[in-house]
Amino acid sequence: MKDNTMKLEIPSKSQNEAFARVVVASFAAQLDPTIEEIADIKTAVSEAVTNAIIHGYESKIEKIIIECNIIDNRLEIIIEDFGVGISNIQAAREPFYTSRPELERSGMGFTVMETFMDSLEICSEENKGTKIKMVKEFNKPSFEE
Amino acid sequence: MLIENKKTSNKIGGKEVNIKFNNQKNTLFVDLNGELDHHNAKRIREKIDSEFDENGYKNISINLKGLNFMDSSGIGLIMGRYKLVNELGGRLFLTNVNFRVNKILDMSGIHKLVDIYENNEDVLKHL
Repeated sequence: MKDNTMKLEIPSKSQNEAFARVVVASFAAQLDPTIEEIADIKTAVSEAVTNAIIHGYESKIEKIIIECNIIDNRLEIIIEDFGVGISNIQAAREPFYTSRPELERSGMGFTVMETFMDSLEICSEENKGTKIKMVKEFNKPSFEE
Repeated sequence: MLIENKKTSNKIGGKEVNIKFNNQKNTLFVDLNGELDHHNAKRIREKIDSEFDENGYKNISINLKGLNFMDSSGIGLIMGRYKLVNELGGRLFLTNVNFRVNKILDMSGIHKLVDIYENNEDVLKHL
């Protein structure tokens, strides 16, 4: 498998949630994923981009950067905003935690990302922004025996 | 039998929601189509809630057959509608829950709150 990379910059408009997840899914297609794996990736990307829009930028229109890297048989997805940041990452990772209960959010965003991807790292600094790195491993094609 | 509500069946911004009603059983039947994410959730929510308030239903049944994508925004939407009917002593039903949607619903423990049936006919039998 050849290594590959892509970078996408979008404004934090909610209609870009669908655009972002479709772009990342298309990029992932070269890893020959199953339909199930593609659905996992789309869902995780949708969660991360939605977080950037409603929590990172609190609905102000600013830029979100999405970077994907393919290294061997793993896909890294990095989603970055330059918004308010997360004051308590540990609390944010808890299922059902939401900093904005008035929005009728379930608080399941990070739980979904963690469940559907093989790893999730969150780097965040208040008033600087948030960077999410998610990795999905794909089974190496086996030609043995 | 379900009667299509001509007034509200106009598709909003595409095809996310189609509302049918059943007066006899005091239940609002909603078909969700397409993709349920944060972008679409707001309009779907407003559509369901305005119909629910206007016509004084007690229960809501949401058919997920036409849904081909749902993220955690869907859990928020379902939990919110559960609160709405629960306050009025009504019930929330989900029908045609596919494998993908079920995977997300499982994480949220929503199964304990809502009644999941195969289709609208099954819901009507249990009302």
